[in-house]
Amino acid sequence: MKLTIRALLGASVALALAGAAQAETTITVATVNNGDMIRMQSLMDDFYAKHPDIKVDWVALEENVLRQKVTTDIATKGGQFDVMTIGTYEAPIWGKQGWLVSLNDLPAEYDVDDLLPAIRGGLTVDGNLVAAPFYGESSMVMYRTDLMEKAGLTMPEAPTWDDIKKAAAAMTDKGAEVYGICLRGKAGWGENMAFLTAMSNSYGAKWFDMDWKPQFDGEAWKATLTDYLALMNDYGPPGASNNGFNENLALFQQGKCGMWIDATVAASFVTNPKESTVADKVGFALAPDTGKGKRGNWLWAWNLGIPAGSQKIDAAKTFVAWATSKEYLELVASKEGWANVPPGTRTSLYANPEYQKVPFAKMTLDSINAADPTKPTVDEVPYVGVQFVAIPEFQGIGTAVGQQFSAALAGSISAEEALAKAQEITTTEMTRSGYIK
Amino acid sequence: MARKTTQTRTAVVTVAAWTIGLLIFFPILWIIILGFKSEGDAIKTPLAVLTSDWTLASYHEVQERSNYFLHFMNSVILSLGSTLLALVIAIPAAWSMAFVPGKRTKDLLMWMLSTKMMPAVGVLVPMYLMFRDFGLLDTRIGLVVVLTLINLPIVIWMLYTYFKEIPGEILEAARMDGANLRAEILHVLTPMAVPGIASTVLLNVILAWNEAFWTLQLTTSSAAPLTQFIASYSSPEGLFYAKLSAASTMAIAPILILGWFSQKQLVRGLTFGAVK
Amino acid sequence: MATEHSRTAARLMVSPAVILLFLWMIVPLAMTVYFSFLRYNLLMPGMESFTGFDNYYYFLSNSAFMDALVNTLLLVGGVLVITIFGGVALALLLDQPFKGQGIVRIMVIAPFFVMPTVSALVWKNMFMNPVNGMFAHIAKTFGFQPFDFLAHAPLASIILIVAWSWLPFSTLILLTALQSLDQEQMEAAEMDGASWMNRFIYLTVPHLTRSITVVILIQTIFLLSVFAEILVTTNGGPGTASTNIPYLVYAQSLLNYDVGGGSAGGIIAVILANIVAVFLMRMIGKNLET
Repeated sequence: MKLTIRALLGASVALALAGAAQAETTITVATVNNGDMIRMQSLMDDFYAKHPDIKVDWVALEENVLRQKVTTDIATKGGQFDVMTIGTYEAPIWGKQGWLVSLNDLPAEYDVDDLLPAIRGGLTVDGNLVAAPFYGESSMVMYRTDLMEKAGLTMPEAPTWDDIKKAAAAMTDKGAEVYGICLRGKAGWGENMAFLTAMSNSYGAKWFDMDWKPQFDGEAWKATLTDYLALMNDYGPPGASNNGFNENLALFQQGKCGMWIDATVAASFVTNPKESTVADKVGFALAPDTGKGKRGNWLWAWNLGIPAGSQKIDAAKTFVAWATSKEYLELVASKEGWANVPPGTRTSLYANPEYQKVPFAKMTLDSINAADPTKPTVDEVPYVGVQFVAIPEFQGIGTAVGQQFSAALAGSISAEEALAKAQEITTTEMTRSGYIK
Repeated sequence: MARKTTQTRTAVVTVAAWTIGLLIFFPILWIIILGFKSEGDAIKTPLAVLTSDWTLASYHEVQERSNYFLHFMNSVILSLGSTLLALVIAIPAAWSMAFVPGKRTKDLLMWMLSTKMMPAVGVLVPMYLMFRDFGLLDTRIGLVVVLTLINLPIVIWMLYTYFKEIPGEILEAARMDGANLRAEILHVLTPMAVPGIASTVLLNVILAWNEAFWTLQLTTSSAAPLTQFIASYSSPEGLFYAKLSAASTMAIAPILILGWFSQKQLVRGLTFGAVK
Repeated sequence: MATEHSRTAARLMVSPAVILLFLWMIVPLAMTVYFSFLRYNLLMPGMESFTGFDNYYYFLSNSAFMDALVNTLLLVGGVLVITIFGGVALALLLDQPFKGQGIVRIMVIAPFFVMPTVSALVWKNMFMNPVNGMFAHIAKTFGFQPFDFLAHAPLASIILIVAWSWLPFSTLILLTALQSLDQEQMEAAEMDGASWMNRFIYLTVPHLTRSITVVILIQTIFLLSVFAEILVTTNGGPGTASTNIPYLVYAQSLLNYDVGGGSAGGIIAVILANIVAVFLMRMIGKNLET
């Protein structure tokens, strides 16, 4: 019985495949549902005109669902996708497993040397480019120029955390619903921990020492968390412990935040007059530091990778090369303007005089260049990654620790308790995983 | 006098019922309203939302971006398919449990219900591996089977309780007239059980329509129902209330309309054997 | 009544359902039990090794486990209390004659048709958000400080959201039961001068007991596995304030990609759910005897 069903299914699949192969190759592309990817879906006519033999099936999902689905699929070799959108966190881990097709043989006109070195470095495993960057981002300070002016302050181009604190105090006017600073507080390794880990780097803190011993019991983490909590309790918006990127974006666009330190891609949203009530009053500065030599900014990119189990590697490669090419950037610019071009992947984009006119272009590039995934913090560490630690266990640990810090922000536990719990959770998990002998 | 008190009473009940009904319905009403606003207006204060311009922009964008019809059809096929399959398996089982009860019938029913208690997240990887090996990933047939099995205990339970209410004498009479087992089920039992079966179908269509774990995990594109359609509009970077509201309205509208037409049936039929 | 022939036929007819459900239960369960004894991280295939009861030890000794257990029970209990008391009240109200009965009924039933993810997103963003949410706007209009629901009362907020989705279900069942209440008996009691309260306590409540039992039973099964609402609103936080057992299993198996640990958690969840089920049966099983 079972065998017949299997045979029948197999036959019908084979038939379907044969039918499709004659006409065209259909590839399934999984992407996150962010604006730049959605825009690509509306520009597919250009791709179909150049490659009439390839058809693209889109699966656009929110970030958490997407990550979980593609990870399950690639780890079990489910073979559901031909191109996957993956983050800088996944690329090195998957690359090491041999799960991704090497992209070293992309055509010469792709000009792989044009990719920004910091981004390309994070996507190279043993000399193989395992994924092609679609857009890259760092984090920076976005602030309200009008409120700074009213407070009689000027924002330095490269502020310290003390500058931020002063500005936050001066801009806060809770009666008028203006909060000096908005930061992420929602628990998650890619939410509050992305911000806090990047911030901690500028305080000289680190996740692990060279023996993979967790470091939450050190002074540097204590200073980071205490300052973060003080900033948010005194000058932050209510409900901050559930605020992620989107919640803060909505607040900032409505003019309720004096400053917001977050992803550089936010710049195009907050300066868009169609959505933002403060579009013409936004200034940009580098993420703050404490004079220890590292800034509190992260480095992230969404990249297109091809799973090694794909049956349509050639078509997938053609698509990846098109989507991350220089020509694609020009295509977006011609249809939607330079400000909407996917940022942060190519040197040539930042050399383009047209693009340099975009107000946040230079600050984005400077921020990206200020981050070094291979040397994220002041001291030497055994791991790669600025706002994350590129080991498979990090998602779980990061989220569990994020929950503790989120609880500290909500006021249900103290900073000391949160750090102690973080240390305990991390130590247990690292011992279990065999890092700590 | 008596008439007057009745009138006052009806008036009070009318006001109270409408107030509470509107309060309960309000979140859904609000989604429907937000779907017709621009993203910038959708995050304003409630009064400002109501006074801002109405627009179809979100619906246009949703229309352009996703293949709503495909997802809709998949939802219909999955919920109807799984309900029908469940009925085919459940009717004989419920029939025999109701009319030929054994010592273990009650335990058997309880055990069936208890199969619903495994947390789905805990078995995702084993299930994914099995689906991969049988080539069932992203197929409607695979999901129909899963949804059938998920809802089967509830279907059996409901049918069992309806069948139990049917007096045994009628069956005896049919048997006297020489009806065989098949005729007994087809021509005597089923017509009498139609209201119960209808309620069962309704409840299970709703449950299958709203199932959001397996339908999301085991599909990619061609078999993906409306739950995945929703997942592509929730929480992107940037504002999304209006688009999410438009998409949500499109996802719940069909089932809401079905509910509208069948509410009498639902109100009468959901007894689970609790009414004698 | 039952002849030998019909008994055999009955066995035959019940067996497909039993066999299918048995397979559906045992195959994933067996695989899960097997995985629960392995050290198996999805991101490190080929490194699986036997670890005995390690996974169980880590899952049970995790300080989040006890919190999750308590939260699970609070969530189930809280929603049951709201939906039963609210359901009885609503059913009594809707059972009266009034204008627009059909429309009000569909409005009350409507939340049941909304997917859990959608209802959670809407409640979180459009109602409970302390800056842009409806409740915050109302509070500000009256000069109060907006309350931050999801940070300061996360579990209560989730109970509210889940109760909103399930209230229609209990209302429907209880309403059906009310409609079968013997009107003549009620009128006779009224004639005899029994107060509304007495009629409610001595006639209506006993009549509803069986329906309430059914509501408790069916809802408990669904409420034990509430998950989407938590994932969307609080991610189980702050801290572990709104983590329940299914969410903890999710965190273990899909955030950590620790299939071994997640499987152990799944097995523990099944055992706990069955303990709850046995208790339920003891408590209310008598009511279901027919």
